[in-house]
Amino acid sequence: MSDDVLSAPAAGAPPARVAVTDSAAALLARLRAKHGELMFHQSGGCCDGSSPMCYPDGDFITGDADIHLGDLAVAADDASFTVPVWMSRNQFEYWKHTHLTIDVVPGRGAGFSVEAPEGVRFLIRSRLFTDEEWKLLRD
Amino acid sequence: MTVYAAPGTEGAIASFRPRYDHWIGGEYVPPANGQYFENPSPVNGRTFTEVARGDADDIDRALDAAHGAAHAWGRTSVTERARVLNKIADRMEEHLEELAVAETWENGKPVRETLAADLPLAIDHFRYFAGAIRAQEGSISEIDGDTIAYHFHEPLGVVGQIIPWNFPILMAVWKLAPALAAGNAVVLKPAEQTPTSILYLMELIADLIPPGVLNVVNGFGAEAGKPLASSPRIRKIAFTGETTTGRLIMQYASQNIIPVTLELGGKSPNIFFSDVAAANDEFYDKALEGFTMFALNQGEVCTCPSRALIQADIYQSFLADAVARTEAVLQGNPLDTDTMIGAQASNDQLEKILSYFDIGKAEGAKVLTGGYRAEMEGDLAGGYYVTPTIFEGKNSMRIFQEEIFGPVVAVTEFADFDDAIKVANDTLYGLGAGVWTRSGADAYRAGRAIEAGRVWTNCYHAYPAAAAFGGYKGSGVGRENHKMMLDHYQQTKNLLVSYAQGKQGFF
Repeated sequence: MSDDVLSAPAAGAPPARVAVTDSAAALLARLRAKHGELMFHQSGGCCDGSSPMCYPDGDFITGDADIHLGDLAVAADDASFTVPVWMSRNQFEYWKHTHLTIDVVPGRGAGFSVEAPEGVRFLIRSRLFTDEEWKLLRD
Repeated sequence: MTVYAAPGTEGAIASFRPRYDHWIGGEYVPPANGQYFENPSPVNGRTFTEVARGDADDIDRALDAAHGAAHAWGRTSVTERARVLNKIADRMEEHLEELAVAETWENGKPVRETLAADLPLAIDHFRYFAGAIRAQEGSISEIDGDTIAYHFHEPLGVVGQIIPWNFPILMAVWKLAPALAAGNAVVLKPAEQTPTSILYLMELIADLIPPGVLNVVNGFGAEAGKPLASSPRIRKIAFTGETTTGRLIMQYASQNIIPVTLELGGKSPNIFFSDVAAANDEFYDKALEGFTMFALNQGEVCTCPSRALIQADIYQSFLADAVARTEAVLQGNPLDTDTMIGAQASNDQLEKILSYFDIGKAEGAKVLTGGYRAEMEGDLAGGYYVTPTIFEGKNSMRIFQEEIFGPVVAVTEFADFDDAIKVANDTLYGLGAGVWTRSGADAYRAGRAIEAGRVWTNCYHAYPAAAAFGGYKGSGVGRENHKMMLDHYQQTKNLLVSYAQGKQGFF
């Protein structure tokens, strides 16, 4: 049981909380071919904290302590799919005024995130919601 | 001033192999799948060795070796185990400089730190637990005149340990020393950013430890960490890292009903009360150094004092002095003993820190100094360097709430004692904190009111063995660096013995 804080944006509807860059979407398509359906859980804390962790969907058990921020829509050559993005509810309290875009950079991320062996690391890029967006999100 | 030669160049006191296999059963064992990954030095971004890319098969082989050794090791006398730990410490001490250079090349941190902190602390840690296990006693409860409860400490058996990259050798030793002292066999997975220096150490101490007691499998978290953490063949898992992986490890542990210890970081407040500036003396200078500790180890410390809270009436003047002190931090070649701040451990860390500069500015925080990547020249070009950065803003901003793990501090002011404690505790974490004041009473009250496992009082970033270290709140479970960690690596065996001749009377 978790909150859906986002529905698909339509006129007057709240904006999406999460997005994905083209390069990260292409990587997700490759990872999905290898690992099956995927999910993100945004981490906090030490070392590789503050990084989005990508797992085979369901490998990380979400629950009442989590918020479902939305689903990334990925259109690949051979398939279109979505990847849910989650965050701890208490962490969301500090993040809720920002829009998150999942990007990818060369790197050597730790944790059990599935992209690390590819020599790349997912990374969150953040921006503040505009006043207008924030109003829609709060209403 | 000394500048050590880079490993792999003429005159270097530390040299790496071109390739590292797993350390299983007291020897190098190639990975089952034959795969290796490159290990670049953060100092210059260039690969200096390649390392076995382990998977579930390698973890299984390491667990086989550990299970083969665990029984005999667990029955070794504490005298013998303490002797082994002390010999490890002696061997490390003989090679301190060499290990320090290897660690610097692996992690990017200045050799000034590895020489003065990482290695001496690791050596002392083995000695501390050598002493602690000798002094540990079971207990006896006299239930009544004829009934006695005896409590014995027994090792857990085979344990798994997953190590972070910020202090590759020291963090491994924090976990290894109590586990080995308590009589456990270990399968350890280093961080994939820093897979080599621990193997460098294994080779040095190979003859001191029975084969199979200590095994090291490298690889990526998803490929090697997960099979270790989720294995039904370990009796405990210890992890230092971040919250999502910490939760995942707890989830795996719940399936096998095994205990976990977790150290998951923080967003530690460093509080400066007005009276710090009552005189421009030695103590004031110490407090300014305490502020600047956010840059120690490039900010890659779970307890980085990344939130500085300064009382309003000294805010401007103290902060001006703190900015000057921060700008005096010498950044450069990590192998130069004068260098105070080296390279971030990996490119993705660098990118993450830069992304926080963006969000910090977008939220309206003001950059007082730094705020950019330090472009180095010559041999260091390509390394991952960040200029120490001070942001000024509000505690609700994300740069005040998230662990950036870089040389970045977010500063704000507070009105009075209650305000300081309120802001300090307004965080998901509770690992470390700093309190600076000339008043013993204020220091005591603040230290007790802060929800954190370690409150440095008129000091910061000291990690002596015998001072318990661990988190409140989202910062984890367990206390390292103290003899109480032995409890986390031991079972309690109770023998409840009746010396009475008469029956109990139920049947």
